[in-house]
Amino acid sequence: MMGELLLIFVGSMLVTNFVLALFLGLCPFLGVTAKVATAARMGMATIFVMTITSLVASFLNAYVLIHAPYLRTIAFIVVIASLVQIVEMTIRKFSPALFRELGIFLPLITTNCSILGLAIFQTNRDYNFLQGLSFALGAGVGLTLAFVLLASIRQKVDLSDVPAVARNMGLVLILAGTLSLAFMGFAGLFS
Amino acid sequence: MRQTTAQYDLVRGIWKENPVLVHLLGLCPALAVTNTVENAIAMGLATFFVLTGSSILISLFKDLIPREVRIPTFILIIASFVTIVDMVLAAVVPEIHKALGAFIALIVVNCMILGRQEAFASKRPVGRAILDAFGTGTGFMIAMVLMGAFREILGMGTFLGVPLFGDSFEPWVIMILPPGGFFALGFILLWLSWWRKRKAPVAEVRQWPHGVRVSTAREEAA
Repeated sequence: MMGELLLIFVGSMLVTNFVLALFLGLCPFLGVTAKVATAARMGMATIFVMTITSLVASFLNAYVLIHAPYLRTIAFIVVIASLVQIVEMTIRKFSPALFRELGIFLPLITTNCSILGLAIFQTNRDYNFLQGLSFALGAGVGLTLAFVLLASIRQKVDLSDVPAVARNMGLVLILAGTLSLAFMGFAGLFS
Repeated sequence: MRQTTAQYDLVRGIWKENPVLVHLLGLCPALAVTNTVENAIAMGLATFFVLTGSSILISLFKDLIPREVRIPTFILIIASFVTIVDMVLAAVVPEIHKALGAFIALIVVNCMILGRQEAFASKRPVGRAILDAFGTGTGFMIAMVLMGAFREILGMGTFLGVPLFGDSFEPWVIMILPPGGFFALGFILLWLSWWRKRKAPVAEVRQWPHGVRVSTAREEAA
């Protein structure tokens, strides 16, 4: 049991990394990775939202979508967006310090493909409650890892003498490609 | 709000403000499902339909949608069109539906579509909204096909399944794997940037990041 959960966790963190293998969550991947500190905070906030999403998706699958499968896309997006909004308000009320750290990212993350993707993948693979949770945690940690790695490379590249023509997103995408190449090495872990 | 002509609304999104190549919107599908031209075209058509349908509906109902809840309303309308596309594709072309997988449902969170609703369709008459959706949808399609062709030709040596080179061609398998998506878009963006710079030859001085001290030739001599 524990072994299976660990397998799902490591699998979604390294082997099918959400950003580098499945291309989910690319907007924040390119948008907030100019500095390592921002990238790490964005990653933390994403782990948080992903955990909520996984719980919501398990609940919806078990009690609502079993009766109306065609509502899947609509139900996921509406329920997740509203719940994150409520959590954001609660955090702002009870813990202003935590809100300053993560709060500004929460609304940005909600309409992100990595969140809806998580809910859909979890449903397609028929994960139960615990499996879904470890899938979400693995995906979140893997996403944070990818963000922080790219941000560290970008900070170095900022100080190097790059040709004028490459000082834009093109170079960042090629850096991301090499990262993705490196992560493909993890594919051998489970074979 | 700046007024624009109808022709400009139509052609703007195709190249000059291409959603993928210039604004870097809708990158998830542009990288994830462009490993073959066929998948790229299917995804482009699905997105085109969702964009046009929701633009028309939102432009028609723009006076009825309260300003405070406009974003959730837009997302609901987009999600309904995505559900239609999902079901139609599953019924008509099951193989393609399987190949695209979860990325059909993920059209809902394509920021390009929500962006056009918020910036354009919710403020303009229906005719203009349709023109804008056609232009942006075509621009997205062009970017998808460009990426798909780049990756399929190099990665499998074929275009739409037709072999282009002889048996001696060794396919660059990496191009149809995930890293190839990043590389393909990266090289296309670098080429575009080089092309633009060549068209407008302006001398440019290297800007060092703030706080970095650069010793000049004169200082070194002294």
